[in-house]
Amino acid sequence: MAVLTPSKIDAYALAPEKKLTLYMLMLGFAALLVGTLFGPLQAFNYAGINLYTFLKPLVQSYYQGLTIHGVLNAIVFTQLFGQAVMLYLPSRELGLRPNMTLAWVSWWMALVGLLITALPILANAASVLYTFYPPLQAHWAFYVGAAIFVLSSWVTVYLTLEMWMRWKRRNPGQITPLATYMAVTFWLMWWLCSLGLVVEVAVFLIPWSTGLIGGVDPLLMRTLFWFTGHPIVYFWLLPVYTLAYTTLPRLAGGKLISDPLARLVFLLFLLFSIPVGFHHQFSDPGIAPAWKFIHMVLTMMVAVPSLITAFTLAASLENAGRARGGQGWFGWIKALPWNNPTVLSFLLGLLAFIPGGAGGMVNASFTLNQGIHNTTWIPGHFHLQVATLVTMGAMGTAFWLIPHLTGKRLVGEGYAVASQWLWFLGMFIMTFALHWMGWLYQIPRRAFISGSPAAMEAYKQSGVWMALNAISGIILTIAIIFFFYVIFATALQSRHEPSQVMAEVPFTQVISGPQGSGLAALTERVWFWFGVAVVLVVLAYGPVLFQMLTHLNPVPGQRLW
Amino acid sequence: MDDHSIIERYERAWIFFGLGMIVVFILLIGYTLVSSRGSIPLAVGQVNASEVRTQGEFANPRVEKVGRDYVVYMQAFAFGYLPADIRVKKGAKVTFYITSPDVLHGFNIERTNINVEVIPGEIAKVSQVFNQTGEYRILCNEYCGIGHASMISKITVEE
Ligand code: HEM
Ligand SMILES: [Cu+2]
Ligand SMILES: [Cu+2]
Repeated sequence: MAVLTPSKIDAYALAPEKKLTLYMLMLGFAALLVGTLFGPLQAFNYAGINLYTFLKPLVQSYYQGLTIHGVLNAIVFTQLFGQAVMLYLPSRELGLRPNMTLAWVSWWMALVGLLITALPILANAASVLYTFYPPLQAHWAFYVGAAIFVLSSWVTVYLTLEMWMRWKRRNPGQITPLATYMAVTFWLMWWLCSLGLVVEVAVFLIPWSTGLIGGVDPLLMRTLFWFTGHPIVYFWLLPVYTLAYTTLPRLAGGKLISDPLARLVFLLFLLFSIPVGFHHQFSDPGIAPAWKFIHMVLTMMVAVPSLITAFTLAASLENAGRARGGQGWFGWIKALPWNNPTVLSFLLGLLAFIPGGAGGMVNASFTLNQGIHNTTWIPGHFHLQVATLVTMGAMGTAFWLIPHLTGKRLVGEGYAVASQWLWFLGMFIMTFALHWMGWLYQIPRRAFISGSPAAMEAYKQSGVWMALNAISGIILTIAIIFFFYVIFATALQSRHEPSQVMAEVPFTQVISGPQGSGLAALTERVWFWFGVAVVLVVLAYGPVLFQMLTHLNPVPGQRLW
Repeated sequence: MDDHSIIERYERAWIFFGLGMIVVFILLIGYTLVSSRGSIPLAVGQVNASEVRTQGEFANPRVEKVGRDYVVYMQAFAFGYLPADIRVKKGAKVTFYITSPDVLHGFNIERTNINVEVIPGEIAKVSQVFNQTGEYRILCNEYCGIGHASMISKITVEE
């Protein structure tokens, strides 16, 4: 093997799944690059600084930019990262290869869907933001592209399940390895919850935007959207949880405390992620408060798996710190390898997740939500989650995964470490400011305040917080430049040094394994639990959806941007 | 493995603590809901969004005095609110019926718990007692198009 010169021969002939994973990953990071570039501009907007006049005619409005930011970051990047990691990890763990033809079909679907969606967005014909609530109506290509893009993930659902069942047939009676278990429950959860979005787009919005039907019911559309829209946050989060459970303890120099408990966490997500969507509709008339209350109780239940995760990961990291010689109450924290960019990104991301989770409990609390619904508190909250833990976990993983996939060593490790500190710092400042601006002054989210004298007059008391936004915008710009320099310089260099990269996925060892665990045996009955998840969804949504479908109140489309 | 059984003890304690915390939260929220006095948006019916401007109660947006209280029929539209001039007395209960003739809007009254998603075709009802004189801004907090950030109105509360 060593005699083959990689430039002449297809370096991936022996591992085509590596090439696929790399392509998924890099397409995702390319989307993230374009998407995040608008982030600092939005932070400046909330500092009262309008930089959009300089972007014309390329970008017509704040809202066009915000659509790009939301779609590329929250829908495109996150899904592609999931498709990369949640197929590759089980493939490596099981030692099996997914059906490569279909796997490439999924990549091409994602690319083509993305391009079809991008055209109307770039033409300012789809400035409807990533939630695209009707009656605002985008060009039909926006919905068609989005549908193709999302359906690409269904191919990955199939690929993962098929690989798992192949393994099951060859290993009857055995317990599914941990990362594969996580991938299987993750994809089942996503398949079930994505039905809301797929029905909304395919059954209603595409016929509506092409003129086949004259109107759609805005309340029903919001309900279908949030059927997918809350669980989608776990769709973003769980790949990073999977990496945190199955690779982080090892990378930090320790072991995972408990394998069965990790399974329980993913099972709870499968069960409770979906029947909770009304907590995004607390302010909507048309859904009875009693139903909102039921969804709220279930929402509180989804906090449980994250509380368990906090415990297990902290204990596993403590195990690592002590194994590295850390002593006393806090010595183990200092002993962790903070100079390893991957470990660093997870540690900082998990730290940000604590206030993020607390804020999430506030949002989920029906009556407290009235104080912050649709204010800047909300982007403040979810930038701690999706833009910090999820994105940092993905960035940190890229630091070993891209070298592992390409056989090229990481370029600019110092920049990698710096990018993570700056990202964390910038996000911390920005989210801090956005939370308080929303809570104290009710400043609305998604508002081009820097372009509106009336708004600037109304919110002038929040000057201090606005200044913090400007500072965070500058810090995050530097973080973005450092990070993308590192990954593109790594992936695009021509030097191959296979001996300098991790040859295998760094799967962690566990202290208490699944063998003989009653809990592990119980969680292994995946199809039974999937059935329970379906029943919960039907109970929590069935009556309300039935009521809405029998009282449809269609409204024509509008284009007001 | 003695270490390990200690961890398991802590783990169980942590999970019970978490569950206990959640139960307390749910009870507290239940209490605030029962005592929320009309700030939770209720649906009181549907209208044809295309006819809001021409037919029915909302074609004539207005403040009505009923005894010492008020009823307001309100349109949130792109990009403003009707009636634009709302004056009420301190301490009176103000009930808002609100809908939209075009797209989604927000109806958030600052310094109160009133925060409604205004959905075309749906009539929302909320009520509020204003206990301080002065101006309360109404802010649109749901993206509604190019004029969204400037969609700000006010309620004046008088002695
Ligand atoms: C890198 C620096 C980033 C900055 C400075 C930034 C800043 C912002 C700001 C200020 C907003 C609020 C805009 C508004 O409500 O008008 C926003 C919205 C948003 N951001 Fe970011 N962001 C960044 C990265 C990210 C990342 C990495 C993600 C996800 C992976 C993300 C996802 C979102 C989403 C989903 C929205 C909501 C869009 C909407 O309301 O339609 N952002 N961002
Ligand atoms: Cu949610
Ligand atoms: Cu608006």
